[in-house]
Amino acid sequence: MSGFDAVIKLVYVAAAACFVIGLHLMNAPPTANKGSRISATGMVAAVAATVALVAHDSSITGTGWAVLLVGAVLGSGVGLGFAQKVKMTAIPQLVSLFNAMGGGAAALVALAGFVATASSAPVGGRIAVSTAIDVAIGALTFSGSIVACGKLQGTIAGRPIVVPGGRLTNGVLAAAAVVGAVLLAARPHSVAMLVLALAASLAFGVAMVLRIGGADMPVVISLLNALTGTAVAVAGFVIDNSVLIIAGALVGASGGILTKLMADAMNRSILAIMSGGFGGGDSTGTDTVGAGGTVRQVSADDAAIQLAYASKVVIVPGYGLAAAQAQHAVRDLAQLLEERGIEVSYAIHPVAGRMPGHMNVLLAEADVPYTQLKPMDEINSEFARTDVALVIGANDVINPAARRSGTAVSGMPILDVDQAKSVIVIKRSMGHGYAGIENELYTDPKTSMFFADAKAGLVALSAAVKTLVGG
Amino acid sequence: MSTGLLTDLTIAVLSLLVGFEVISKVPETLHTPLMSAANSIHGIVLVGAALVASTAHNAAGYVLAFVAALFAGMNVVGGYAVTGRMLKMFKRRPTPQAAPAADETASGTAAR
Repeated sequence: MSGFDAVIKLVYVAAAACFVIGLHLMNAPPTANKGSRISATGMVAAVAATVALVAHDSSITGTGWAVLLVGAVLGSGVGLGFAQKVKMTAIPQLVSLFNAMGGGAAALVALAGFVATASSAPVGGRIAVSTAIDVAIGALTFSGSIVACGKLQGTIAGRPIVVPGGRLTNGVLAAAAVVGAVLLAARPHSVAMLVLALAASLAFGVAMVLRIGGADMPVVISLLNALTGTAVAVAGFVIDNSVLIIAGALVGASGGILTKLMADAMNRSILAIMSGGFGGGDSTGTDTVGAGGTVRQVSADDAAIQLAYASKVVIVPGYGLAAAQAQHAVRDLAQLLEERGIEVSYAIHPVAGRMPGHMNVLLAEADVPYTQLKPMDEINSEFARTDVALVIGANDVINPAARRSGTAVSGMPILDVDQAKSVIVIKRSMGHGYAGIENELYTDPKTSMFFADAKAGLVALSAAVKTLVGG
Repeated sequence: MSTGLLTDLTIAVLSLLVGFEVISKVPETLHTPLMSAANSIHGIVLVGAALVASTAHNAAGYVLAFVAALFAGMNVVGGYAVTGRMLKMFKRRPTPQAAPAADETASGTAAR
């Protein structure tokens, strides 16, 4: 190893350390931004070192430089544009899109590395096997993430779409992808096997994600994130580059952990989610008010009195809140209550929103201090001493039926809203959640239903609180 | 099995373990920025794109390298930009000196 190569390798080691430190600093909100900057510094160093290496090697052609620079600059510009413009409600789509880009790029890097070595020397087993794996995973991640992005954006229907042949088709496609990849590894020069592996993996990605319902999106995004990381790590095996392996493995670990957490939060196995079929689209229920059971309705004034004279209020936001763009309205109400000395916090279920932790970002954007955002485990012990739990746009995650067996939500960890002294639910109608079942919390005697759109309802509550207390 | 492959496998396994260890300490509140940060880290594939661009000597190689660089560039720059944007939103309770009067708080937040 020449001195120059050694320096480059050392920069890679430093970059990898930056990634680990960066992720480590994300263990608390005050240091997280610093972590992101350290990680970005490592990234810049790794890329700069690589450019220096490429220039030093002088094997790159003029066209090679042009291709690399134009591609990278163009891509960066587009990525930056998306990142600056994206609304916080649309973050899951953007993350999916970047997953697709990463997975796609990893597959292409493997392919290109393979093409370059195949033309000069016989391909060794290591490169052949890792290329085959990478083509399959990268292509699957690319097409799956594009479909997930489309579903989240609403360009593709959120409900599970059954592909002709159902599970059989998925099974055949998955098998074809595996067979194609195995044969490609065995016969590295076969273009036919390459095309088979590529096409089957792309098709499997589409078919797999199409079948998955909107409610399972947090799991799907996490899984695709893990797959992208894996694809990048495997690309590192193809071109024998340690920094790709380390970075890819870190992302794979992160995606893996989040996938498990999300699946646990819905009490569903990852396999069951992948085989699809559960969960409808985003359609807000259009059932008539009062369907099933006796519910107690309240006016804005009555609800405001309950809130204004409480000493502890817990707000339970669901995706309905974000869909109605009511984050600022809820913050305003919370501020009014806090000015009266009422303790206000937010109960965040792990799957509130479209991706892990999404609801926290939506509320942070509305200037809710993160100290008020309480995860499920922490807030559940506080419900018993809560005077009013204010539920906005959440449904399945607060359904006490989850504690019994034999229901669609059985076993799913829930927010123990029913243990609060009283409950106010802001809801447009008695429509069902994703699971499509009745919520017995609504007919609980201590629950009052305030039928309104989330945003309009919160504005009305704030106005009523102000009039009431003369603020 | 070559030494190179063994070294790569060792690196991969240890990185996975470090990843599990570090990431399981990230609180739920930060899971979205975490995923976004992980997302930007896999933009490291840009390094791969640069390396394959340097070995490309035919049309197929150039096309593959171009698209890989395009995708990776979008991934890495967009990823870090959006992660930074999100993390800046996570604030403590506003300090009293920043909000001396109630109506000033209201106008201050409305201007955001």
